[in-house]
Amino acid sequence: MAEAGHGISRRSFVAGMTTLLGGIISAVLGLPAIGYLLSPALKKSKSPADDWVQLGLVEGIPVNEPTFFSFTRTKQTGWERTANSYGVYVVKEANGELHTFSNVCTHLSCRVSWKEDLGEYICPCHDGHFAKDGSIISGPQPRPLDEYKHKIEDGTLMVLLQES
Amino acid sequence: MATRIYEWLDERLGLKTIYDVVLDRKIPKVNWAFTLGSASLFLVVTQGVTGILLSAYYVPHPEQAYDSIQYIMNDVSFGWLIRGIHHWGATLMVVLVFLHMLRTFFYAAYKYPREITWITGVLLLLVTLGMGFTGYLLPWNQRAFWATTVGTSIVETIPWIGTFLMEALRGGAELSTLTLARFFSAHVWILPAALLSILGVHLYLVVKLGISHIPEKDE
Repeated sequence: MAEAGHGISRRSFVAGMTTLLGGIISAVLGLPAIGYLLSPALKKSKSPADDWVQLGLVEGIPVNEPTFFSFTRTKQTGWERTANSYGVYVVKEANGELHTFSNVCTHLSCRVSWKEDLGEYICPCHDGHFAKDGSIISGPQPRPLDEYKHKIEDGTLMVLLQES
Repeated sequence: MATRIYEWLDERLGLKTIYDVVLDRKIPKVNWAFTLGSASLFLVVTQGVTGILLSAYYVPHPEQAYDSIQYIMNDVSFGWLIRGIHHWGATLMVVLVFLHMLRTFFYAAYKYPREITWITGVLLLLVTLGMGFTGYLLPWNQRAFWATTVGTSIVETIPWIGTFLMEALRGGAELSTLTLARFFSAHVWILPAALLSILGVHLYLVVKLGISHIPEKDE
């Protein structure tokens, strides 16, 4: 073989090319693979973090009487869409001050409901009782009913749904 | 330093022996058609890598299979690339494996002492077709569903046992969640396990027996 005349032998050329092409192919597949696997961690969730939800006209809410409002929001995780329903008890005091209580029990997230005859919110799961202002009467719950942040725009009551 | 590490490893692992035996083999004067086997092997590797990556998102469930693939294609970074390579690699692999078989056939390379290499090669062709057939259903779109309906119906035409075989393939009389689950299982576990086992024998024989030369005029 007249390899001495050439700067590089056929064998080392082939070896070099194999390494080079192998490296390129590995990089073309390997680098996107990292982005592919880390994708869910790197991308922001599509649903907006916080969302103002319209409940209804403030005018129509009776005074001193917990009024129930509900709404549904769908959340998308990956390719799966889940519909969550939310319930709010709105209490309008005589002076016009509003409270917007979440109907999720602070104990283990069962739903509380207003019992007109007792004048209490009752959680059926572990017999939790809450007063009209959300405070604890009796039961295992660790804290009073949670309140949504609310605002009034053009006479419409809105609550802030915070993604946690 | 690198040399000393290499020598330390070589002494214990026999790296040079592996290189000499597996890669530095004597081969006769051949042509580009003799690269088809290596090309098929390369595709086995890329199909394996991209397939493993796809399993990070794909869900073999009738309600989620299609959506999970839409998610891979539209939302996951480079998902289109990973799935694209797997999709086109699958087609290309069937073509290359078939051409590889034709080359072996026309150069009469299946004869003594390479009969077992040929037989394992035929099995590998069948497994490759099986991978194509089972993988085709996994997107769970209209084309996949009806292609598999037709494909499994063909099995039904076999006399006596046809209906039984078809229901064994489908996991029931109709295409269902059972069909998708068992095709998925076949695609990612059963057939790959078969493929790698047979491929091990195939490659061992290629290394052990060497490559046959192109037949001469008077042979």
